[in-house]
Amino acid sequence: MSAVAPRAMGQPLSRFEGEDKVRGLATYAFEHPVPHPAYLSAVRSTVATGEIIGIDCSQASAQPGVLAVLTHLNAPRLGIDDGELRILQSGDVAFRGQFVGGVIAESSEIARHAAALVRVDYRERPHDVDLESSRERGQLRVPQQTMALFPMDTDKGDVDSALAAAAVQVDSTYRTPWYNHNPLEPHTTIACWTSAGLTLHVSTQHPQGVQTTVATAFRLEPDQIRVFSPHVGGAFGSKGPRHSDLILAVMAAQLVPDRPVRFALTRHQMFSQTGYRSPTMQRVRLGADADGRLTAVAHESIEQTSRLKEFAEHATRATPTMYATPHLQVRQQLAALDLPTPAIMRAPGECVGMFALESAMDELAVAGGLDPVELRIRNEPDTHPLDGLPFSSRSLPACLREGARRFGWESRDPTPRARRHDGWLVGTGVAAATYPTLRLPGSKVTIRVTPDGRHTVLMAAVDIGTGTRTALTQVAADALRVDLAQVELRLGDTAYPPAAPEGGSAGITSWGATICAGADELRRRLAADHGGTVPAEGLEVTVDMPENPHLKQYAMHAFGAQFAEVRVHDETGEIRVPRQLGVYAVGRVVNPKTAHSQLIGGMTMGLSMALHEASILDPRYGHVVNHDLATYHVSSNADVGTVDAYWVEEDDPYVNPMGTKGLGEIGIVGAAAAIANAVHHATGVRIRELPITLDKLLPHE
Amino acid sequence: MPITWSATHDRQGLDIMDTEITLRVDGADHRLTVDTRTTLLDALRERLGNTSPKKGCDHGQCGACTVLLDGRRANSCLALAVAHDGAEIVTAAGLATDGELHPMQRSFIEHDAFQCGYCTPGQIVSAVAMLEEAATGWPSTVTFSPPDGTAGEPDTGPVDLATNPDEIRERMSGNLCRCAAYANMIPAIQEVARS
Amino acid sequence: MRPFRYERATDPAGAVALLARSPQAAYLGGGTNLVDLMKLDVARPDLLVDVRGVTSRAIEELPDGGVRIGAGVSNSDLAADPLIRRRYPVVAQAVLAGASTQLRNLATVGGNLLQRTRCVYFQDVSTACNKREPGSGCSAIEGHNRDLAILGTSPDCIATHPSDLAVALAAMDATVQTVGPDGSRAIPLTELHRLPGSEPQHDNVLTHGELITAVDLPPLPFAARSYYRKIRDRASYAFALVSVAAAIDLADGQVRDVRIALGGVAHKPWRATRAEDLLRGGPATEERLRRAAEAELADAQPQSDNAFKIPLARNAIVRTVLDLTGTAR
Repeated sequence: MSAVAPRAMGQPLSRFEGEDKVRGLATYAFEHPVPHPAYLSAVRSTVATGEIIGIDCSQASAQPGVLAVLTHLNAPRLGIDDGELRILQSGDVAFRGQFVGGVIAESSEIARHAAALVRVDYRERPHDVDLESSRERGQLRVPQQTMALFPMDTDKGDVDSALAAAAVQVDSTYRTPWYNHNPLEPHTTIACWTSAGLTLHVSTQHPQGVQTTVATAFRLEPDQIRVFSPHVGGAFGSKGPRHSDLILAVMAAQLVPDRPVRFALTRHQMFSQTGYRSPTMQRVRLGADADGRLTAVAHESIEQTSRLKEFAEHATRATPTMYATPHLQVRQQLAALDLPTPAIMRAPGECVGMFALESAMDELAVAGGLDPVELRIRNEPDTHPLDGLPFSSRSLPACLREGARRFGWESRDPTPRARRHDGWLVGTGVAAATYPTLRLPGSKVTIRVTPDGRHTVLMAAVDIGTGTRTALTQVAADALRVDLAQVELRLGDTAYPPAAPEGGSAGITSWGATICAGADELRRRLAADHGGTVPAEGLEVTVDMPENPHLKQYAMHAFGAQFAEVRVHDETGEIRVPRQLGVYAVGRVVNPKTAHSQLIGGMTMGLSMALHEASILDPRYGHVVNHDLATYHVSSNADVGTVDAYWVEEDDPYVNPMGTKGLGEIGIVGAAAAIANAVHHATGVRIRELPITLDKLLPHE
Repeated sequence: MPITWSATHDRQGLDIMDTEITLRVDGADHRLTVDTRTTLLDALRERLGNTSPKKGCDHGQCGACTVLLDGRRANSCLALAVAHDGAEIVTAAGLATDGELHPMQRSFIEHDAFQCGYCTPGQIVSAVAMLEEAATGWPSTVTFSPPDGTAGEPDTGPVDLATNPDEIRERMSGNLCRCAAYANMIPAIQEVARS
Repeated sequence: MRPFRYERATDPAGAVALLARSPQAAYLGGGTNLVDLMKLDVARPDLLVDVRGVTSRAIEELPDGGVRIGAGVSNSDLAADPLIRRRYPVVAQAVLAGASTQLRNLATVGGNLLQRTRCVYFQDVSTACNKREPGSGCSAIEGHNRDLAILGTSPDCIATHPSDLAVALAAMDATVQTVGPDGSRAIPLTELHRLPGSEPQHDNVLTHGELITAVDLPPLPFAARSYYRKIRDRASYAFALVSVAAAIDLADGQVRDVRIALGGVAHKPWRATRAEDLLRGGPATEERLRRAAEAELADAQPQSDNAFKIPLARNAIVRTVLDLTGTAR
């Protein structure tokens, strides 16, 4: 693995598709112009568990303009085992809101109305959707596997004894609610079956995954399916794994061959069909000596999954990486409930896990009378606390110090509830952030060069708003050692070589390393076979993502420090966050402009998580009742104050040829903890259950 | 009899009502047939193929569908097309003149005031309308000072957005951005407001 | 959305006649709530009668010194009107505290007053709701009720009325002018909306086909010193947890008159007459305000998740009125 010299990398370029986006001309999946489209609308179960005993489509079918009605009685048999995707295979209902049918019609208005006319009768069964009572009834189990390739339960030393002996102790339980991704673009598909195969326009983080899943489900060869995904209107993990809306759309299109079928989930349907972040209950126990040096760290998390499929978010994953401690224990438990299946959501694991750990670290600082920045620096490990591997690079102390300097931390009086301005209590807080530097398998790239020196780079990667199209072109230009103008990167089409999913902050690492290998191979072939001159017919190479020989030698993680200032109204409990500041150590930054946007976007989503977001499950019905954007609040413009993101220089020769560590997710990690810690500093009230709403801070006397 | 929207009743014989309407969209006249149920948003996106306004929530809760409707910004998802026969609509696509981007569009690119781009056309239409509203002296909740015991004459003159980011934040709050590019939108809009 | 016919009325009498013939017809104003509810299958009109061209879009001074607001005035135009801003700032502030500019541009004054509760169960036809489906039960009482009412609730419904404008108008003693099948009438705004009782399906006292044509604000010189304070979960673009509309008339440090109305706490804008009565004739001290607010809220019956609204409303009343008097913290 040879490092790539930066020329284009490091330039703050505006995103290449910017003009299309500001005009609204960038086409998202549903918008692709297709001739004579039909429209699909879904029918969903209105019971949480049970069995369909009757389904009457006569009224729906009789509507003028209805082309077909899809139910479990006429749906094709699927060749896929995934319980979440196996819809309409029987009359069984596994959660409220599950697809039980669909109507295809000449217009979206007709389809939607006719879907409401499909009458479904159920034999209901009692349902169990309550995580808290599952715990009380002892119905938890250890997950078979978590979402990422990290050890599940971890033990080092003797945590209980060390905690008992610790001079300073913290033992707190934190709760985070159910979150929905809510990308502004709903999940959408256009599906068209022809004799030649299946064409799909899908809003997805993984075109190849769509192709593979649909091929398996519908017993096709992958090359009979072409998937386009040129622009994606936000995803945050919800468009990584395939969900049942894709299956429903393909099934529906099969009923009207040669007609493109458009399907967009409604915002309400987005709350039950596209995955979500499981609620968590996390107990964190910390023990430290009188100097604040950790002697024991224990972190347990309880989450939920569905009965259809196991998904466990790795809430405790970051904990072994963060701080030096002789005694360490992490535990994870799961309840299977009659609910939709959770899924990855921005910074899965770290996002919720670090809310708990970094809140507990603040509690430890308060209990031990230590500055919370200094406490973290004092517990900085020399090597990875669990496996003893050296870090490929680790600059958490630098982030904390630089952040403290920029934020003005040194003048901070740690006394809670000691600052008041015009009726508002003022406080500041800090938290650390981390996210592993991941690489995801499955990428290939084709690079073509023509005698005029133009290079075309082909790869079925996607840009979900992260800036991939721009940043990856910068990587390609430097890998190929040419000017940006000589490189054309084409994405979002499975006609190109497969690409790993957009996720895990691994896009640039996985795709970029593949492109670098392709550039090396192109140079080798040019030199070996063509004397260094591009032949008249041009030259093309296709390579796989290379191995990284350093993977087993180093622990690879990005780090950061989050700072926040909050104001809490002393009579109403209203909360404002006028200032957030983050400093990150994320290796090389390929494009400072889009990177900055990613980081502040993550921080602001963290603000939204801290103050607003919660999907409210009504256990009697079994569904999220605030299933719209008026009642599931995400931060609005007025909620957001100054948000600044910076990074420290980091030269990491081990992670990949570019030296990048990924930064799409780390911005959200720790952001909510920094705000909760600032709320404690402002008010003296420790909020351990998100979101931090005014009723939790309101003076009741 | 009191209004009861929820009562059920026999609808036999009630056919879908198709109506022909005229819309002027981004300077071009269109005659089109719509269902009475068709919203302006769906008329634009699904009948006319103008997908510049976006469908994010379809219930007036996100602002992605914002267009200028007879000169004012409006959520096109809650406006029935049939009720706006003859209306003049400007989408983000129509803000550009002779292929030249509107200064607000250029500023959004320069300040990277978007990521995925899905809310962006609505944000830009909203921002352009906001400049006009502020110049006209339209207030926002931020324009009113908190009470101080006096009852002064209100200042109904133009509102300066360039130096008052809180005004921009409040006035842009009807456009949600899940990628959360808000902090970049403020300088993007201030720059245009200054010029 | 179910199929429906659309007609454009040209005058109030024509509009009323169209509705009188169609028991399932509804008036269409800005549509910002009605179209929303039709998409959810909560509202199911078979005929929409567009009344935007029917009612006045003017704001005019009345001979008695009051102001008449045409029912067709957009929320934006109402909030921007110099006369309203000068004489009744609380009204402009309340309008601006609601929704977003692009919604306020569409929404009319008449429609704003008739918007329906945002209770999540009312808006979800797959759940029980007495307001939507009388007799089906109230899902909110034992469900998600954090946003719902604490005053004037019934065992059948704990919904709140969502309008901010209505709260300010209640404080101002506004009057609603209507025309209906039985002629025209004037209804005090505080009597337009009703408490749920055993008939929560009825938000208000209007009869089928009765059309709001205007809202009259009486002359109220001290309303020039008025304020609308809205407390909510987001800093903007969210419905009220609690809101307070207040105006005060002080003479020699004594409360000569005071107006207080609350939003987000009841099935109707809640005029705090008990608090007002206690305040008149004495100084506007924090202590007296607190006692007045507590008296107003003495009958509050919180639900499982909204007891916080009681201290919140109390503190909001005290602070809003104190600020109006210019009392420093």
